Amino acid sequence: MSQTTQTPPAAPAETSNRVTLGWSNRLLARPEVGALVAAVVIFVFFLAVAPAFRSPGSLFTVLYQSSTIGIVAVAVGMLMIGGEFDLSAGVIVTTAGLVNAMFCYQLGINLWVGALLSLAFSLALGFLNGYLVVRTGIPSFLITLGTFFVLQGANLGVTKLVTGSVSTPNINQMAGYSSLDAVFASSFRVGTVTVEVTVLWWLLFVVLSAWILQRTKVGNWIYASGGNADSARAVGVPVRKVKIGLFMTVAFLGWFVGMHTLYKFDTLQAGNGIGNEFLYIIAAVVGGTLLTGGFGNALGVAIGAFIFGMTSLGIVYAGWDPNWFRAFLGVMLLLAVMVNLYVKKLSTARKVG
Amino acid sequence: MTDTLAGHADPHLQSGEPLVEMRNVGKTYGAIRALKGINLTVRAGEVTCVLGDNGAGKSTLIKIISGLHPHNEGSVKVDGKEVSFSSPRESLDHGIATVYQDLAVVPLMEVWRNFFLGSELVSGRGPFGSLKVKDMKRIADEELRKMGVTVKDINQPIGTLSGGQRQCVAIARAVYFGARVLILDEPTAALGVKQSGVVLKYTAAARDAGLGVVFITHNPHHAYLVGNHFVILKLGQAVLDKKRSEVALDELTRQMAGGDELTELSHELQQS
Repeated sequence: MSQTTQTPPAAPAETSNRVTLGWSNRLLARPEVGALVAAVVIFVFFLAVAPAFRSPGSLFTVLYQSSTIGIVAVAVGMLMIGGEFDLSAGVIVTTAGLVNAMFCYQLGINLWVGALLSLAFSLALGFLNGYLVVRTGIPSFLITLGTFFVLQGANLGVTKLVTGSVSTPNINQMAGYSSLDAVFASSFRVGTVTVEVTVLWWLLFVVLSAWILQRTKVGNWIYASGGNADSARAVGVPVRKVKIGLFMTVAFLGWFVGMHTLYKFDTLQAGNGIGNEFLYIIAAVVGGTLLTGGFGNALGVAIGAFIFGMTSLGIVYAGWDPNWFRAFLGVMLLLAVMVNLYVKKLSTARKVG
Repeated sequence: MTDTLAGHADPHLQSGEPLVEMRNVGKTYGAIRALKGINLTVRAGEVTCVLGDNGAGKSTLIKIISGLHPHNEGSVKVDGKEVSFSSPRESLDHGIATVYQDLAVVPLMEVWRNFFLGSELVSGRGPFGSLKVKDMKRIADEELRKMGVTVKDINQPIGTLSGGQRQCVAIARAVYFGARVLILDEPTAALGVKQSGVVLKYTAAARDAGLGVVFITHNPHHAYLVGNHFVILKLGQAVLDKKRSEVALDELTRQMAGGDELTELSHELQQS
């Protein structure tokens, strides 16, 4: 990266030695740039090799696929900027759906009651994750690894106890189904393409997250809590509350996707969701979020999720063996981590001149 | 630069009134005793200097006043009311601002965000009110210029500034937000002669604006330039506690250099 566009002050008499940084410096200081370049490359690549990828309809299928990961990734990205991990995010999605489905089916009550109960339960799980992390000081990786296994086992165990099998009964004849379906799992047609409502929800959550991170004091506190928690606390940032809030945000968006999955398929497999926690983390990291916290943004995480959607479907559209998808994702992750490291070094290097 | 201080200082401060009173304060971390029997009064319009070697308890003392760790013996009164701060926020809300030795900045965040961290300007209520980004950038820039620091770009991460510049940001921030008491933890330790001079001028200006200043250092020369009251700590206890009129620079320097121990040591060395 050259600094040719910088103009050093010509005369020492000048009162200000302020310089305008070159566009290349400014651009590279942004976390999402690496992901954006990668997204464009992958997009062009699949346009070239997969004819089925070229229709507008498949673009919206890709967007839908991206949104199912992207919604939770919004929260996981914010949590990672805040310096913590959540490995239980994948199974919380399933837990939320299971609580709703089984509670309502067994008691025969309106699905809305179950949905709200499930929301409260998910938020309580998020609170528990956060509380244990800030209270004990044990790394969130370990705490949430614990809750991940507890929930994974409980999902299967409780479902089997209640229903006798590992899936929930079909709920599409129950009271409240149609309105919940409309909120969480409907789709509509625009011209020739089908737009899933989750795509709109995803966009809304990305915009909200971007707003919170860049333009509110809570966003400032999230960056500070992840960047240097001790310093943040010393200047009066309520670091513990911020972190608990972030874990609860992950649980909230996990609940949201859990509702989508339930009302999309009307029945849930209790073993679902395992492994998705890594997809959320990959989306965040590919999008430029620093694993150690304090750096990243909402747009980058969204692009990360979009890359996930493109590759998972692009491989299918190209007619290749979909088993290669995970290998591809692994390569993307490695590249992203290296690009992030490089970009971070550039953007924080002393600017001489 | 005095205009900033005068502008932000609490106008109700009466010179000489006690702002922070510590009586017989002690602090233990588990089995380790960090402080014992400390009496310290911070008065408006005075600089109280706390001197001591590494590990003497200076940092623990300020952590109690700034709310990072609560004390567990004795009493701390702020404005005559007994307090035990459980977080730095409470201390800040009493108008007590601190410049920490490690500066308490977040390296990856922009200079202006660091400046306002924890005390952001927002329009609208609640935690999700919109930040007044333009105002914050302008104020941060102005306040830094008053300290003679011109950063190239107020949007650059603070980690890209030099140590001295970061120190100035930390001090400018404390001066801007500390309306009543300003605590400086070794503010000149990492600075050159010229920047140390700027910091000392600021300290004096804060005193003249009526603030109570706690100046922590292990440099008696710097302390004597601005101090009204001197406390020397050794192994968590006060070994000297005198007003400026009662103590000379020589005595401070001698005490800091080891005092009686030094005399003893010189005897020992001569004998052998």
